[in-house]
This record gives sequence, structure tokens and C-alpha cells, in this order.
Amino acid sequence: MIQIQALNKWFGDHHVLHDVDLEVAQGEVLVVIGPSGSGKSTLCRCLNRLESASSGTIRIDGVPVPEEGRELARLRADVGMVFQSFNLFQHKTVLENVVLAPMKVRGVGRAEAERTARELLERVGIAEQAGKLPARLSGGQQQRAAIARALAMRPKVMLFDEPTSALDPEMVGEVLDVMAGLAADGMTMVVVTHEMGFARRAADRVVFMDGGRIVETGRPDTFFEAPRTDRARDFLAKVLTH
Amino acid sequence: MSVLLDHLPEFWEGLVVTLQLTAASFAGAAVLGLVVTSMRVSPVAVLRGIGTAYVETFQNLPLLVLLVLAVFGLPEIGIKADLLVTAVVVIAVYEAAYIAEALRSGVNAVSAGQGEAARALGLTFGQSLRHVVLPQALRTVIQPLGNVFIALTMNTSLAAAVGVVDLTAAANRVNLIEAQPIPIFVGAGLAYALVAACVGLVTGRLERRLVTAG
Ligand SMILES: Nc1ncnc2c1ncn2[C@@H]1O[C@H](COP(=O)(O)OP(=O)(O)O)[C@@H](O)[C@H]1O
Ligand SMILES: [Mg+2]
Repeated sequence: MIQIQALNKWFGDHHVLHDVDLEVAQGEVLVVIGPSGSGKSTLCRCLNRLESASSGTIRIDGVPVPEEGRELARLRADVGMVFQSFNLFQHKTVLENVVLAPMKVRGVGRAEAERTARELLERVGIAEQAGKLPARLSGGQQQRAAIARALAMRPKVMLFDEPTSALDPEMVGEVLDVMAGLAADGMTMVVVTHEMGFARRAADRVVFMDGGRIVETGRPDTFFEAPRTDRARDFLAKVLTH
Repeated sequence: MSVLLDHLPEFWEGLVVTLQLTAASFAGAAVLGLVVTSMRVSPVAVLRGIGTAYVETFQNLPLLVLLVLAVFGLPEIGIKADLLVTAVVVIAVYEAAYIAEALRSGVNAVSAGQGEAARALGLTFGQSLRHVVLPQALRTVIQPLGNVFIALTMNTSLAAAVGVVDLTAAANRVNLIEAQPIPIFVGAGLAYALVAACVGLVTGRLERRLVTAG
């Protein structure tokens, strides 16, 4: 579903991604972990070209990610993204947030878009919040609304960049539950997270990044029980004791 | 006061012309200002350059010079247009630079994540600007835009200098006959103040409606 080959990214002369090669299969749930500044967000953002790659190729469903314009917009429509800071449209109600892209990008009629939106809001457990502005919702509800908004485009892939890092601890679970449900339904997912419990529970594969490189990758059980590299061992020792 | 009442028809006609100038150049400046703002925040470097050059140019030229140039210069090169239309176009082009500047500060006040989320959903740059960024930007710039609009109302009086018979020109004419500058120009001044107050009200309401219509 996703093929990344020899991906490099520089910000000025700061080399943020080094020769990253990665494949994500259809229906696979890939969890990306690693210390802050290791390039996880940048990798995620390169996948839908919110950041442009400096070199290398990225293919989504066999198609190279277009450079710009309508082609790029079309690709992004098929790749859902969930941000750490939710980024719900502040001036629109939850329902309007969810129907905007299906109506403007896919040309779906309002009645159908609203029907789908209400189903999705039901699915993420916030149906009764449909008419409220985002600022009226808790962080956990906002993030679930953001997931519903992304799902409304019926994406082939979902990208999550630390979706629970901005949440109060008591709200983390409700968001992870929605994500685990998606994973169980067979969605292809790339999830950057520090929630090791989620990684163990829902991931098919874990990728550990450090210094802009993929240092280790493996099945969650083997990775967490017996990391092969020192850097992964150090990292796990730090996050698991905290 | 009686001097104002005696010449009410002249004042009225002048006021109507001022209102036409104001309303038409408002509309033109708003549309053009939106276009220039879109260029200035566009991902295409050339468009950004043009947008910035536009704003820099018109903020650094006196409106009166532009009016004189257009009204007396354009016929020289064979472009003949109605005097009022010329004045409207020049004022709109000039004020668009100020509207663009106000709008851009509003766009900058909207967090980058809003536009990113819109683009991540597959909206084009133009769609994300129109449906997500600008409606939120407008909300933060109602006050500065109102100020631009009021300055525009006052600036329409410069059209009198190139022969448009607006409120200022009408006051001037009446004064040439009656030689009572204080009541005549205080009266005209009050009329401008009233127009400015109305413009403030109308734009405030208009933008609020734009915002809620999303
Ligand atoms: N827009 C940017 N401009 C310059 N440097 C950036 C930018 N975004 C990220 N970086 C740098 O790239 C590196 C990787 O960042 P990031 O991908 O956000 O890491 P992570 O998500 O793993 O914490 C960091 O050193 C960060 O400072
Ligand atoms: Mg990050």
C-alpha cells in the first residue's frame, strides 16, 4: 500500500531523514516509535506531502506521490491524517467539519454527506456532539471528531501523528479504543505514538527511529521482549519505566 | 445652517456621487484585495512576489497622484472612460493594497494546522483558503478592515480634485457662491462622518454573516 525508497529529507542543511526504506502492506498497522526529534512526524508528513521529500520515492497504492496541484489533492483525499493538535476547523460545527471535504472534494450531496457523517460520529462515540463547535468539546472528543472527519473521505490509508500526546491522560484511552477498532476493521494505518500498550495490542509491526534513520523493525512481541539494538533497548528502558 | 438648506439639492447630488464612489470602490477593492491576499499566501513563489510588489507599490504612492495620472494620462494614450468610473477603478486598485495587508495579518493569525488539515483532506489550496482559512481570518480583521473602509470613504474626496462632483466638490461650489466656509464644510464633514459610521456598521454585519456562513 505504501512503498518508501531511499527517502531523504533536509531542512536547510539539517539532514532529518536518512535513506529511509519502508513498506506498509494493505491492512497492516505500523507503529512508529522513537525519541523526540528522530524524524517521525517528518516521515509521516512526507507520506501525504505536507513536507516534500528532498530525494527518494514514495508510492501510495502503486502511484508515486504527485508534486503538486490537483493530482496531489486527489492523492491526499485517499490518505487520512490525524494530527497531535486535532486541527478541527474552529469556525465549523463538528458535523460541518466532517461533511466539508466529502462535499467539496468528492462532490457528495449534503444529505448523503450528513448521513455518513452521523454514522461516523456514532462510530467514534460522539453523535450527540454533532452540532457543537470544536472549542466546546473535550480534547478526547475533538480527536475522535478529527478521526471521523478523516474517515469520511473513505481513505485507503490513515496516518496518525502522536494522536494522544496532547490529551489529558484520562482521555487517551477513548481515542486509542477508536484506533484499535479501525485496526481491527482492517484499515491500513501508520501510527506515530508513545503509547507502547497500543503498539503491543494493535500493531502488526513496530518501527523504531532514531536520528532520522530506521534503526530497528519487528513484530511487537519480539521487539518489546527482545530489542536487537542498544538504541532501541535504551529507548524502551526510558519510556517503559516512566 | 440656512445656507445648507438653501443648497440642499447640490449637497444631495454630491452626497449621492460620494456614496456611489464609496460603494463601488469598496466592492472593487474587496475583490481585488482578496485576490492579492491569495497570491501573497500562495505556494507559488512568482504569485507571492507579484502580490507583495502590488502591496508595496500602492502603499507607497499617493492616491492623488494616481488619480491625476489616470484621469489626465489615460486619454493621452487613447483610453477614454467615464470620469466616475476611472475614479472608482483607481480608488479600488489603491485601497486593495490596504485591504490585502489587513487580510494577510488575519491569515497569519490562523494557525498553520488549519490549512494543513484542509489540504490533508484533499482540498486544493484555493478551497482550503476559501472554506477554512479566510472565514477564520476575516473574523480577526473586522476592525482593521472597517478602518480601511472608513479611510476609503474619506479618500473618495480626492476625486473632487480631478473633477468628480462629489460631496467635497459640491461643498466647494456652494462656498464659491455663498462664501460661508465654516457651516458649509462642517456640514459636509458631518455627512462624511455619518457615511463612515454607516460603513462601519454595514461591514461589521457583512463579515459576521460571512463567518457564520462558513
Ligand atoms: N519545518 C521544519 N523546519 C526545520 N526543521 C524542522 C522542521 N520540522 C522538523 N524539523 C526538525 O527535524 C527534526 C525531526 O523532527 P520531527 O520529524 O518533528 O521529529 P519527531 O516527530 O520524531 O519528534 C527535528 O530536529 C526538528 O527540529
Ligand atoms: Mg513529532
